[in-house]
Amino acid sequence: MTRHDTVARAAATPERPQPHAELGLTAAEYARIREILGRRPTDAELAIYSVMWSEHCSYKSSKAHLRQFAEKAPPTEALLAGIGHNAGVVDIGQGYAVTFKIESHNHPSYVEPFQGAATGVGGIVRDILAMGARPVAVMDALRFGPADAPDTRRVLPGVVSGISFYGNCLGLPNIGGELAFDPCYAGNPLVNALCVGVMRHGDLKRAAAEGPGNKVVLFGSRTGPDGIGGASVLASASFGGAGEGAKRPSVQVGDPFMEKLLIECCLELYAAGLVVGVQDLGAAGVSCATTELAAGGGVGMRVDLDAVPLRDAALGPAEILMSESQERMMAIVEPAGVGRFMEICARWDVPAEVIGEVTGTGRLEMTWHGELIVDLPPGSAADDGPVYDRSALRPAGQRELAADDPSALPRPAGAAGLRAGLLALLASPDAADKAWVTEQYDSYVRGDTVLAAPQDAGLVRIDERTGLGIALATDGNGRYTLLDPYAGAQLALAEAYRNVAVTGARPLAVTNCMNFGSPEDPAVMWQFAEAVRGLADACAALGVPVTGGNVSFYNQTGGTAIHPTPVIGVLGVHDDVRQRLSLGFREAGASVLLLGRTAAEFGGSLWARIAHGHLGGRPPRVDLDAERQLAAVFAAAAAGGLLAAAHDLSDGGLAVALAECCLAGGAGCTVSLPGDPFTSLFSESSARALVAVRPGCEAAFAGLCADRGVPAAVIGTTGGQHLAVTGGFSISLDELRAAHRQTLPGLFG
Amino acid sequence: MTTRVGVITFPGSLDDKDAARAVRRAGGEAVPLWHADRDLHGVDAVILPGGFSYGDYLRCGAIARFAPVMTELVPAARAGLPVLGICNGFQILCEAHLLPGALTRNSGLRFVSKDVRLRMESTATPWTRQFAAGQEITVVLKSGEGAYMAGPVTLAELGARGLVVARYAGANPNGSAAGIAGICNEAGNVVGLMPHPEHAIDALTGPSADGLGFFASVLLAAERT
Repeated sequence: MTRHDTVARAAATPERPQPHAELGLTAAEYARIREILGRRPTDAELAIYSVMWSEHCSYKSSKAHLRQFAEKAPPTEALLAGIGHNAGVVDIGQGYAVTFKIESHNHPSYVEPFQGAATGVGGIVRDILAMGARPVAVMDALRFGPADAPDTRRVLPGVVSGISFYGNCLGLPNIGGELAFDPCYAGNPLVNALCVGVMRHGDLKRAAAEGPGNKVVLFGSRTGPDGIGGASVLASASFGGAGEGAKRPSVQVGDPFMEKLLIECCLELYAAGLVVGVQDLGAAGVSCATTELAAGGGVGMRVDLDAVPLRDAALGPAEILMSESQERMMAIVEPAGVGRFMEICARWDVPAEVIGEVTGTGRLEMTWHGELIVDLPPGSAADDGPVYDRSALRPAGQRELAADDPSALPRPAGAAGLRAGLLALLASPDAADKAWVTEQYDSYVRGDTVLAAPQDAGLVRIDERTGLGIALATDGNGRYTLLDPYAGAQLALAEAYRNVAVTGARPLAVTNCMNFGSPEDPAVMWQFAEAVRGLADACAALGVPVTGGNVSFYNQTGGTAIHPTPVIGVLGVHDDVRQRLSLGFREAGASVLLLGRTAAEFGGSLWARIAHGHLGGRPPRVDLDAERQLAAVFAAAAAGGLLAAAHDLSDGGLAVALAECCLAGGAGCTVSLPGDPFTSLFSESSARALVAVRPGCEAAFAGLCADRGVPAAVIGTTGGQHLAVTGGFSISLDELRAAHRQTLPGLFG
Repeated sequence: MTTRVGVITFPGSLDDKDAARAVRRAGGEAVPLWHADRDLHGVDAVILPGGFSYGDYLRCGAIARFAPVMTELVPAARAGLPVLGICNGFQILCEAHLLPGALTRNSGLRFVSKDVRLRMESTATPWTRQFAAGQEITVVLKSGEGAYMAGPVTLAELGARGLVVARYAGANPNGSAAGIAGICNEAGNVVGLMPHPEHAIDALTGPSADGLGFFASVLLAAERT
């Protein structure tokens, strides 16, 4: 029989060498663990610290910067739980609270696309469930290498089918997201999953163990040897460039059927009042749940690891502590409630086992075969991990990049050139119709989806009687952020905010997924610091607090990092979803207006990239006050029923927006361009939108815009079966549709 | 008295809430039925909703047919109780041999979620009597294993005896034999439908309100008996 390392043995053999470097701990971190414990850690303790102090779990490189989200947060009464919880919780009125969060599963999705993406969905759903909420919808923000690269043909279909498999089996509507391509994501795809849940105010749950004597229950799937070290070995290190298959055992395997049972089981346990505290098991599994629950409640905990139900009897204590087997939760239950708790779990066929109890010692103690193998202060692992103030240096070449302005690039000449330019953008993988992806996702289940892809935001009804609902959008633009990380993060926020606003919803709160290269590279750290600063400042200016999020570092292969890519999710509240605005031009005879100011801004634009493969210059100017005014116009216009369609302008500018409005609703339009035709069509100036005004409402809408100081130019009328530019060109909807639709099926079958 | 329509929840059922809402919207009372209960609670009709019962492990619907509630449902269906299986429910009805044939992997080998046009072929069932024969409706299709398959003799019989309830109008979305979207048994009381009428009861949340006809039909049928 193998002799396991115990606390007694550790005290007796202080010099035994330990594999801290292999587990991702530095020599200094290892020394600090010895200092905290006053001896060398046992193998099991070393396992706990290695995962809890990993970049992924401890935020050790980002913590110092992320504080700004709280420090600069705008005053709000809507926040019921903020940063530091599994997910932020926002009051949306009528007694409802909403919790939402976006999280990355980038590294696993590259190593094993199907399971990596599937378990990304599963993990974020459990985060929401752990707050006490019923998950009601998911979204996915996906970024891949070049659409025509052979490896993208391996990764993308696997990721999409993994999301489809897991989300569809869970019965959660997929209401939107993003799909973008860039060579910088080859080898480092970004798979960011968002989940939103709803509860009544009183239902909020905390990840805190309370009451010595209360029982610790582990329920859900049995623990197996999958995902061991996922947080440390996989998520907190760069890829080496070859042999990533060796990391495959660090990817978890998902069982959405068990997760569906777990959702219904948890909600029934909550409703029965049986749960004192609860935590999901995600990254770092049992290590994370036990240390966080104990630290959260300021208590101790005694755990018998022999009681953990196993799928593989050969697992040792360190493996049990590091396993990231999916579909598991941990609850704190009063002794008198354990019987009823087990009955409900049995009703849902969910395995459950009491594995320990809350103590008053303030220590986390774990035994294995009757011997003490863990004895540590839980806060030292959960909260007091290392914090690094890593050096940040503006990358060499950043100024040259900004100086490489696209204004000198050749522009299409004449109507034929503009026409061809529009079709080329519309057919580019970034702007092309995403139905190949979204038709693999169930957007209808639960019967409350009011808007889903390809709309600007997803919109879900919360209350059937009052029409209360929530809108959600995610956005990010790595090109803008590379050119100027401060502005790029603000532009991502502004676009998500605008996408929510154009449905008629009031933007309320923010979540973010910060995807960056290695924090050990000062250039990456500079990008990160600038992006966080920009985002925090913009949140303050727009009056929307960050409620939580996730940082994903080490998205790089060798020395080459991805573009800095903050993906920002904005949540809005819609007072009456029956009044929602959507993007399609449906009927003829509506005036088409362009809102906002257009300047010649092509830095990082889709046009510069598609037409010239160019990336340089300055991203569009940020104007947050204009964004606020624009949002206020949409809220009032929706409530007043003034608009037949509304669509945000972003990648590809007015050209792509006009085409999307025509194709989504089936009616064409005839427009006159207000300025230089090329700039009018392809500039990506921010704080702009396109609307169709209901006949008879023109004056009322013009008044709204005037009151808010939003420039509104009448540019044309809906109708016909062409997108026609007066004095320029005309394209039939059939030709537009063909250009838009054929790209992804052509690439992915 | 309000017509009572049971909606069975299996472990992994997903569209049970939607089916119950559709029943209520049509004016009926939705009665939740639990897979482990050998009791239909005296309902006037039963819906087997969509989802992934028992994770669809082994084969779609293959485990659900052995659920305790099915030991009550099968004889009741054979005795004439109106039963509608939607999507996974259709798969379960085939596995339980209440309907012939089987649902197989979509011809495109991917999950398909989209709005589809259906042409109503039979209005002689308690679930379809409010439709006109040949009427086209828009509902939602969302399935990975939705291609209806049966032997040539069965397919010929289904057509000849008027047992095809609905076909896909326009392009066949999943490779179903003869474009079949739904069928019924010889007596007409048991209907299996691959697309989801319960997701098309309100233009706000679905592609149309056309699906309401299935639920209104069964209420009408129950009132008459």
